[in-house]
Amino acid sequence: MPPRPRLGSPFQLLLLACSFALAAYAGIRLFAGDWFGVALWIVGAALLHDLVLLPLYTAADRAVVRGLGAAGRRDRTLYVRVPAVLSGLLLLVWFPLISGMADRRYRSATGLSPDGFLARWLLITAVLFGGSALLLARRVRRAAKHRPPAPH
Amino acid sequence: MRDHPRLPTSPGFWRSPLRGPWFTSVLGLVLLVGITVLFVTGLVSYAAYNPGLARVNDQTPDKGVLGFYLFAWPTDPVWLYRLTQGVHVTLGITLVPVLLAKLWSVVPRLFTLPPARSLAHALERISLVLLVGGGLFEFTTGILNVQLDYVFPGSFYPLHFYGAWVFFAAFLAHAALKTPAAVRTVRGRRQESDDLVPPRPAAPTVSRRGALGLVGGGSLLLFLTTVGQSLGGPFRRTALLAPHGTADPGGGPNGFQINKTAAYAGITAADTHEDAWRLVVTGRTTTVRLSRAQLLRLPQHSASLPIACVEGWSTADQWWRGVRLRDLAALVGYDGDPPDVLVESLQRHGAFRRAALRANQVADGRSLLALYVNGEELSPDHGHPARIIVPAAPGVLNTKWVARLTFGDL
Repeated sequence: MPPRPRLGSPFQLLLLACSFALAAYAGIRLFAGDWFGVALWIVGAALLHDLVLLPLYTAADRAVVRGLGAAGRRDRTLYVRVPAVLSGLLLLVWFPLISGMADRRYRSATGLSPDGFLARWLLITAVLFGGSALLLARRVRRAAKHRPPAPH
Repeated sequence: MRDHPRLPTSPGFWRSPLRGPWFTSVLGLVLLVGITVLFVTGLVSYAAYNPGLARVNDQTPDKGVLGFYLFAWPTDPVWLYRLTQGVHVTLGITLVPVLLAKLWSVVPRLFTLPPARSLAHALERISLVLLVGGGLFEFTTGILNVQLDYVFPGSFYPLHFYGAWVFFAAFLAHAALKTPAAVRTVRGRRQESDDLVPPRPAAPTVSRRGALGLVGGGSLLLFLTTVGQSLGGPFRRTALLAPHGTADPGGGPNGFQINKTAAYAGITAADTHEDAWRLVVTGRTTTVRLSRAQLLRLPQHSASLPIACVEGWSTADQWWRGVRLRDLAALVGYDGDPPDVLVESLQRHGAFRRAALRANQVADGRSLLALYVNGEELSPDHGHPARIIVPAAPGVLNTKWVARLTFGDL
């Protein structure tokens, strides 16, 4: 005989009922306009994050770890990961400005030039990867200094 | 048993040794504080528009009880809205890495089987759709709006306001259910025996503290490249990627940040020409029409006030000069008892071409119909021939290209 479905904690049930009531009160108003568009955005945001963005950056990270591992340099993962994460975050947050998606409205509304964003992001990215490369070079040189000379 | 589970529903599929209750709890507690501040500063911003004062100020007239806390927005301190909205936008951007890391840390639970162990568990998982979807919706709409990328399905104000309440409803339940365990975990009073701990962890490439450091570093980088647009002055140059960072438009006394230019608002030189433009002031007893020259013959007053936009950017104090709003009220029959005022712009379109100011704002001696800024005539982009400037009011209530003032109860 299958087990009877359980109710679970009554406190949790009450709390969630309150939460759903408030969410429904606001939700009716949120969906008053283009309800399909809004639903698509809310559900789409969760799905796009969980099933596209997260697997993509996980796969990219694994490829880096594996690639460096194959070269016997797994300990150098962070020298790639850190600048890539930082640069990627800036791109994600400021994508509309960096990609120029809204540059006509931006220029006409603010009177500012929309042209510098891509260049500045590329420069920051270059500085991040360049700095990481310098740190790695310093580490490699130090390691070489402290290593006993190889026997011939 | 297979060695390499291929399905995310299998616990063995998730290999990262970082996942576990400690990592998730630390991020969760940061978000508990951060999102609470975001929600409160968001509600404050809504109140700053004085939506209860007049229909023209209210982008969400169906708010019902969600406006329960509204209050008359004060005019002191003059940097009040600069601070609250600067915190709202800058903190929201700064929290993006924390939000993403938190979602990463709990993603195995998205695939947990069986789908529900009990009714309460089933409801909790449904609530998580509102939490994650609602949270991402709020962050996305806010971040797109400050970049003027209006691709979302509707007007920003109702979407972001009602969306915030849907998200916060789920957030409250989640916080009530999870905070006690998170606090115990961070204090080290709970063992690492949790469904988030991978049964077959891969060899670590970074410690948990190192990973938290990376999240914090991401937040710091976003903060440092954004906050300058709210601090203004020499700090603006440091906001390398923020929409109102790095540079001011043009130079000279009128060279400070612009929300909407005259060209964008459809204001032409013919509209504002000395011969064409008249300010119409209506009140209890009479209506007067004033040319710019006549306005200049009225007593002129000065005030040092910032411009602070809902998009989070703001300027340092600018030195405005013009006619006090309460003096204009006195001209039309409100001597000594300034009432509310409806301000109308020459703008033909735009959500805030008409805006209402409350009596306390009109009564403040620093609230001006400004004709000059920093010692020079207003430029077309800053509202020539005349604009409103009110201490601590959100930018859009400082109406530019003013054509009509109607004093009286709205």
